[in-house]
Amino acid sequence: MRVRARFSKVGKVRFVSHRDVARVWERTLRRVEIPVAYSGGFSPRPRLHFGLALSVGHESMAEYLDIDMVNPMDDAELSALPARLSDALPAGMACSAVAVVADGDKLSLQEAVTSCTWAFVLDGGTGREAEAAVAALLAAETVTVTRERKGKTHTDDIRPYVRSLELDAASPLGQDAGTGVLLRGEIGTQPRGLRPVELIGALGPQWREHRVCRLAQWIDHEGGRREPLPLADDAPSWQRTTACAT
Amino acid sequence: MSTVWPLLEPLLARVERPARYIGCEDGAQTPVHAPHKVAWLLLYPDTYEVGLPNQGLQILYEILNERDDAVAERSYAPWTDLEAELRTHRVPLFSLENHLPAGRFDVLAFNLSAELTYTNLLNCVDLAGVPVRAEHRADDAPLVIAGGHCTYNPEPLADFVDAFVLGDGEEVVSEITEVLAGWKRAGKPSGSRSAVLRELAAVPGVYVPSMYDVHYDGPALVAMQPRYPDVPALVEKRTITSLEDWPYPRNQLIPLTEVVHDRLNVEVFRGCTRGCRFCQAGMITRPVRERSAEQVRTMVANGLKRSGYDEVTLTSLSTADFSGVADVVSDIMGFADNVSVSLPSLRVDAFTVGIAAQLQQARRSGLTFAPEAGTWRMRQVINKLIREEDLYAAVDAAFSNGWRRVKLYFLTGLPTETDEDTLGITELARNCVAIGQRHQRGASVTASVGGFVPKPFTPFQWFGQNTVAELERKISMLRSDASKSRGVQLRWHDPKATLIEGLMSRGDRRVGRVIEHVWRAGGTFQEWTEHFQLGRWLDALAEAGLQADWYVHRHRSEHELLPWDHLSAGLHKDFLWQDWQDALAEVGLPDCRWTPCYDCGACTGYGVEHVVASAMPPAGGSQGTGQDLDSGHIVPVSLLGRKPSPSGATAAAATAAGGAP
Repeated sequence: MRVRARFSKVGKVRFVSHRDVARVWERTLRRVEIPVAYSGGFSPRPRLHFGLALSVGHESMAEYLDIDMVNPMDDAELSALPARLSDALPAGMACSAVAVVADGDKLSLQEAVTSCTWAFVLDGGTGREAEAAVAALLAAETVTVTRERKGKTHTDDIRPYVRSLELDAASPLGQDAGTGVLLRGEIGTQPRGLRPVELIGALGPQWREHRVCRLAQWIDHEGGRREPLPLADDAPSWQRTTACAT
Repeated sequence: MSTVWPLLEPLLARVERPARYIGCEDGAQTPVHAPHKVAWLLLYPDTYEVGLPNQGLQILYEILNERDDAVAERSYAPWTDLEAELRTHRVPLFSLENHLPAGRFDVLAFNLSAELTYTNLLNCVDLAGVPVRAEHRADDAPLVIAGGHCTYNPEPLADFVDAFVLGDGEEVVSEITEVLAGWKRAGKPSGSRSAVLRELAAVPGVYVPSMYDVHYDGPALVAMQPRYPDVPALVEKRTITSLEDWPYPRNQLIPLTEVVHDRLNVEVFRGCTRGCRFCQAGMITRPVRERSAEQVRTMVANGLKRSGYDEVTLTSLSTADFSGVADVVSDIMGFADNVSVSLPSLRVDAFTVGIAAQLQQARRSGLTFAPEAGTWRMRQVINKLIREEDLYAAVDAAFSNGWRRVKLYFLTGLPTETDEDTLGITELARNCVAIGQRHQRGASVTASVGGFVPKPFTPFQWFGQNTVAELERKISMLRSDASKSRGVQLRWHDPKATLIEGLMSRGDRRVGRVIEHVWRAGGTFQEWTEHFQLGRWLDALAEAGLQADWYVHRHRSEHELLPWDHLSAGLHKDFLWQDWQDALAEVGLPDCRWTPCYDCGACTGYGVEHVVASAMPPAGGSQGTGQDLDSGHIVPVSLLGRKPSPSGATAAAATAAGGAP
């Protein structure tokens, strides 16, 4: 049985790497005594499948992993699971929902997710300047970035990945960005994705990342979009917050 | 005290592996500071990854935080990238729990486990905003203290550390806290620093270097005398009588980022009496004090459940010697699924391989043994009495049980070593490959060779260490021999670093100038190959007018005053000298757990005794004991006052060695 878990990662633990988060999960599942299936072979590993990596230093309200369990869980066990996991996770990480993944759902999280909504708190300019930079980026036909892949330099058009980008209404227009300018945007992840740092670079050299938070992940679905796993009805209210604490 | 976190947070976005600076580990405490509580900052002077697993600091962390009059937080040496950011932005070294400035604590307490970390100690003190030289510190500046194995020769750091603590820390930290609580209550007034240090000097196990006058005659050290009548002329180490009374750490820290020894560690005994003459740890931690098998089982079960680790190490200096090790191991394998158990410091015998086979059902990649020397003659000199047939049987068992690689640890530059002894290393490795190839075509053996550094309070403390050139010659001889042997891989330590370890190991107070010079020239993280530069050390020696030959390469005489002669690890100096003479005569010495006491002094001096649960030497026989015993044989043990109960494994049944008939 495969169970999908949604979790948040905020505060000091945002400095823990993706790989270390995987190790934290392995230990957490052992602590709550959930029998996880192991791979076979010479060096058995627990069968955990993580979604898109989150850069070190970035926060998230919507991280996902799929867990292959040895035994099926009933509804009562499943509904108790988020609280049990949250208790065992380090401060700053909490499980906000779990659900069984249907047997027919073969796509991995990394294959299935098509876009993410991000909050960016930027330093380096005023809200008005940010608004102009965003407008220019959205108006451009193409926005090219050069990046290294396998030792070769590639020039890619990232414009198609920017599904939306806007200055958050709460951001104090005109004020100096010492307090941060808040942008919100939906960025595509397929086929290659666009990293937050690359998007911020594309806004212009004056902008520096102050705080970045993934607010949601999305799967394109029948002309609309859905989350891999919506929040549980009883998830704590702070996990519904759409902006990150700065 | 206010947190530096808001200042630190933007810097962390710019450094490698920032998770090592956030704390947040499971097991981390959130101490609440108060005016009546002595605030300890426990530091390990190397990276978080190296320092976090240190069990000594974790034990003290819990003991101190359990007290009403103390709080303890932790810190580690920031890597060079963060150090640069801290200095640029004038952010001080900080604790990991509350991210408080290090300079605001009452005590900066370092663990010293490796000589090459000494410059990092200075760097941490400096980053805390505290003067590096003890004499320059204001009355209310933090006290800088240090414990750990390197403090058995504290003299090279005497100018920088206010007080050293010798031996087991479990009890003495509380005594120190009580002294410091009075100092803190009084408001640390002007002139109080020397008074509190003098008070500390009266605490058994505490050595305050500034309370001693040191006299030289040219290069020779001629006297070390207490300056006051209430300061002890000889500082004795501290020894806890029962490990069972201290089941710590109860909540081992579980880091969020990967560290060395990233697994549950349960200490099964402290001390070792195998008597390997090169081994300082075995000499200074005597006597043997075992934890009961029952307590080990409980600590392992609770620790695994709490931590979620899937690996546990039963730690000690030679875990296969733990009474009833086989039972404990099979119990652990019984109550925990998918858990691997590792035993460090495996003895070399087939019995041990049998246990290892039980432990590592799945991943049999490599198995490590430490014969330490290549020939029987050499092993008699160092008292590591492994016969070749023991090693070959162990290696045969390993390869036939499915292990693919065997790693062998050796020392070179040992007393009386000839080229034949040195080449015995590759000879042994070659023979092991041949044995392996009977079982597996691709069998390979790695011989790992380190240059020998003589340590204080060992029989080899009088021996002149090999020069860099001599060690390099031996290594190049081994390399050329190994290159002709299929399946033998050779690894070696840099002899240049070995020279500096030797300088710190047996240096006197004057060597402090060298350490300070190297630190001021930017020489931190010296145990990291990419940061070690011998040139800096040689410059510093020249600047200080000191000779490496005098400190490192010279053989010392019986009646020479050694820089640590005013300290005691319990061992009689005449016992050590006799053992040194026995070494030169190639005479082995048996393990006193199972043979009569030879009065080294460690038990009798402190009224403590070996605490072992079994009167029998471990099954598997002779290795290291010098006794030609069959597997699991019962031998008369004169140490024991009464016969062990048939069940054997629970009661700690031992009496003072001195009371043996």
